[in-house]
Amino acid sequence: MAETLLEIRDLRITAWSHPPGEEPAEITIVDGVSLSLERGRVLGLIGESGAGKSTIGLAAMAYGRGGVALSGGEVRLNGRDIRTLPLGRLRDLRGREVTYVAQSAAAAFNPAHRLIDQVVEAVLRHRKIGRAEAEARATGLFAKLGLPDPDKIGQRYPHQVSGGQLQRAMTAMALCPEPDLIVFDEPTTALDVTTQIDVLAAIKDAIRDTRVAALYITHDLAVVAQVADHILVLRNGRAVEYGETRQIIDAPREDYTRALVSVRSIEHAEAAPGTEAVLAVRGVTAAYAGGLTVLDDVSVEVHPGQTLAVVGESGSGKSTLARAITGLLPPIRGEILFEGRALSPALPQRSRDDLRALQMIYQMPDVAMNPRQTVATIIGRPLSFYFNMRGAEKAARIRELLEEIELGTGFADRYPAELSGGQKQRVCIARALAAKPSLIICDEVTSALDPLVADGILKLLLKLQRIEDVAYLFITHDIATVRAIADSIAVMHRGRVVRYGTRTEVLTPPFDAYTDLLLASVPEMRVGWLEDAIASRRMASGGQ
Amino acid sequence: MNGSIARLIAQRLALGVAMLLAVSVMIFAGTTILPGDVAQTILGQGATPQAVANIRAELGLDAPAYLRYLRWLGGVLQGDLGTALSNRQEIAPALLGRMANTLFLAGVAAAVSVPLAIGLGLLAVRYQNRWPDRLISGLTLTSISLPEFFIGYVLIYFVAVRLGWFPSVATVYESMSLGERLSAIALPAATLTLVVLAHMMRMTRAAILNVMNSAYIETAELKGLRRATVIRRHALPNAIAPIVNVVMLNLAFLVVGVVVVEVIFVYPGMGQYLIDHVAKRDVPVVQACGLIFAAIYIGLNIVADIVSILANPRLRHPR
Amino acid sequence: MNWRTIPLTAWIGLILTAAFVFAAIFAPWLAPYGQGEIVGGVWEPRSAAFLLGTDNLGRDLLSRMIFGARTTLTIAALATALSFTLGSVLGFFAAVAGGWTDQALSRLVDVLMAIPTLIFALVVLSVMPVSIPVLIVVMGVLDSTRVYRLARAVAVDINVMDFVEVARLRGEGRGWVIFREILPNALTPLVAELGLRFIFAVLFLSSLSFLGLGVQPPDADWGGMVRENRDGIVFGIAAGLIPAAAIAALAISVNLVADWVLTRTTDLKGGRGG
Repeated sequence: MAETLLEIRDLRITAWSHPPGEEPAEITIVDGVSLSLERGRVLGLIGESGAGKSTIGLAAMAYGRGGVALSGGEVRLNGRDIRTLPLGRLRDLRGREVTYVAQSAAAAFNPAHRLIDQVVEAVLRHRKIGRAEAEARATGLFAKLGLPDPDKIGQRYPHQVSGGQLQRAMTAMALCPEPDLIVFDEPTTALDVTTQIDVLAAIKDAIRDTRVAALYITHDLAVVAQVADHILVLRNGRAVEYGETRQIIDAPREDYTRALVSVRSIEHAEAAPGTEAVLAVRGVTAAYAGGLTVLDDVSVEVHPGQTLAVVGESGSGKSTLARAITGLLPPIRGEILFEGRALSPALPQRSRDDLRALQMIYQMPDVAMNPRQTVATIIGRPLSFYFNMRGAEKAARIRELLEEIELGTGFADRYPAELSGGQKQRVCIARALAAKPSLIICDEVTSALDPLVADGILKLLLKLQRIEDVAYLFITHDIATVRAIADSIAVMHRGRVVRYGTRTEVLTPPFDAYTDLLLASVPEMRVGWLEDAIASRRMASGGQ
Repeated sequence: MNGSIARLIAQRLALGVAMLLAVSVMIFAGTTILPGDVAQTILGQGATPQAVANIRAELGLDAPAYLRYLRWLGGVLQGDLGTALSNRQEIAPALLGRMANTLFLAGVAAAVSVPLAIGLGLLAVRYQNRWPDRLISGLTLTSISLPEFFIGYVLIYFVAVRLGWFPSVATVYESMSLGERLSAIALPAATLTLVVLAHMMRMTRAAILNVMNSAYIETAELKGLRRATVIRRHALPNAIAPIVNVVMLNLAFLVVGVVVVEVIFVYPGMGQYLIDHVAKRDVPVVQACGLIFAAIYIGLNIVADIVSILANPRLRHPR
Repeated sequence: MNWRTIPLTAWIGLILTAAFVFAAIFAPWLAPYGQGEIVGGVWEPRSAAFLLGTDNLGRDLLSRMIFGARTTLTIAALATALSFTLGSVLGFFAAVAGGWTDQALSRLVDVLMAIPTLIFALVVLSVMPVSIPVLIVVMGVLDSTRVYRLARAVAVDINVMDFVEVARLRGEGRGWVIFREILPNALTPLVAELGLRFIFAVLFLSSLSFLGLGVQPPDADWGGMVRENRDGIVFGIAAGLIPAAAIAALAISVNLVADWVLTRTTDLKGGRGG
């Protein structure tokens, strides 16, 4: 039997909160969590925001971020309880026995020093080896992690390399002191999906080859399924379910785990494309003031009551398309037809009825609502603005809309700060619906939400589409969302539409090179997907 | 050093020169275009028409404003600050000695307050939210509320009058030794130090805390580095620019504080000189002093900006 | 709001500030003597007749302190009101209008701020008759540059938020955007700044008066009273320290209140605290 490396028993983590006008109170962030990890194994910690997964990960280094205290239980690393060790002793083991890979390597690297200096720093502090040897080791790790030009890249500063490369460099930094355990804290979450797959594969290979143990923290079950031997599901600071990866994915025992696994199982029958279009974008080219072209000859159509998903990675121009359609960024060339009429390129020239019929929902519901207005004011304004509704009639319509978004009328007098993320997004949906639009542009509306909450929002949007017969232009980077809700799809890459058609057409081979890469990069909820994807990619590039 | 940095610094310097020109226009305009007849105001209501006419001629008030401005600016650029109305003497030589005195006083105050403020700021960070930190932030709140003359006269009352340690009037003259000079300006320098110290300390603290809360400091701590190493190697290189900014901003405060402090201690500096001539409505002197004060102020800001440019790794090592 | 949650420091600030305001409003009824009335010898010590002693001309110091409160507070309050109105209106306008208007106003403010306030005030006062309205205007206009910067920065931040874009896309006019979307969210930082600007006005006016370029004798004003009585300090007579201490006390108490308002309102932004 393998030797236990990390054993956490009945861990309790607390913090002090200071609510205004009240006595400071102690709140519990993690409550009674236990886990154990054998040498050379990978344990995935999974949960939604507020689950306490990062806090537990850092507890494995006996580190409490921002005044968080490890107030009870045991954290045994290599046989001794490190929770109560004095700081001096902790410093001897941090960076030596256990190292850390942060979500944002861009923030975690010191902008003032070269990569190589930061990568070898912990080695030089903890291991009795010379600088040349440490640098050689670092260079070897750069090569192993697939960084370009491994001999020289260390001489660069953090801002001189890309996000994906920085994340690899951070992994090299964590591996360099040859620790027993690495804590990976959402290492690929901030990356584009086509970058994520390579980094993920590099991390997985590195873990396997160096036989280091790892705690892999993520909110994405499909990602963790690729790297972890075991998975611990967390919710609100408590353990929900623990098991082998295959069991968690294929046969979850708890309802919550089942919900996480079955996320994006929405069924939406693809509608047949009609002949008429509520919105037709014809040959639109747009550029920002600097002259940089961000949209290049884009043509798409949205049919009444249907959903066009515009999918692409960061920098693909998908959000700029929304700005061009709403009139915030008038195009240089091309035209936009709305309900058969040409829309004025610039916002101020549009008629009030055009503005009414074209609504928008944003990625961040927090900043999309005026914090000083109540829900009733927020939803009520379009009613009085477009339809001159007043008094009882308006109040009744607000109640109706609140029911429609499944919030209930009790929310009318609340302020945005008193709502959860999902509730906020629902209010934004109600505000858009209040205008009785024929098209709603949804810009990454589920990206900032936890998967289960996002699922609820998507289901609501589909339901409302059936009831209100409204069309969506759905902008997203998430292929799973696209599969779930789209009738037609436009794939964007570097300002151009590279593939466009009905959902079936777009998602059926043969693919163009970019769509192929994009689709093949989306993690699937099954063990072994990563290997398959990498293998098929190697085959494809070998065949060319 | 590379091209883009040199270009940025050149740009900043050019901006500084442009700013100085704009400021000179503003100062000139401030004494010229305002409502009312300047000559009349200078002499008061009881002046004879002849006296008013004389002053008008003296100031060249009959020429159009832009011409007078160009003439004045031309003089300033050649080191000619004009002639004082009150004693018909050239302003530049008189001002030069005064300026040396002022810079000496401000320099001594800066030499004491800057290291002290940074040291105490570091102390406040080290003991964040413990009593030294609270004491410091309490003192700051108090000290930004204290007028310079309160601090100055309290020092005079207790240290000079009651204890008799230092003179209450800061007289300096040519033949003084450095030691005598320092003793003479001990109280004004102490006053100035107290005026800027707390503010500079609090801003230093904020600047360092801002850096200490960065993710890369956490990375360094999770490498098991010692506290001192974390601060020296990871915090300091990134804190230099903000701290220099804080220091420059406070030196600018100090230059203004000098005016009042010089009057309190009857110190023969530029501030005292300015105040005397404002009271005498000696416009050319006031313009000259105003321009020099503004130039020092702008210069300090340029230094701060250039240090920020030099300390920024993104600019030092472009992609 | 629960009065029990007000911290001790804020109480001290509130009570002292209220006391100063009270003295200012009811000065003629509170002061035992007139403000220019010579009632005793020069720099008489404290006595039952003169609670704070007499000043350099033999006037009752307490009476002059009370009348001084009136002068100092009124001028500072009016100057603050002017600087606030001017600064915030122009700041909001620049932020929402953008383009050339914004550029021109902002560059002008940059230039004005490149000259230390006290120095510029001295330059202007060298050619202006020193009267109370002139003081108010000079102080208000020069200080409005600070308010302008803050108001513009706050408004620019809010102006790019999605909820303002929502209002624009809805077709709302500029008035709605400024008064209904931006202003309610900008009020908090501006109100907190109000206290600080007032303190600055008090200190600024006191400095000017101390330099002999503010309120002119025989009117009582705290900064001017320090000036009048400063010669006594060298002889160990503390009369000049009393008005100086009053300025400090007023400034500290307003600061304590402003500090409390600031923490209270920043807490509110956190909503339900979690």
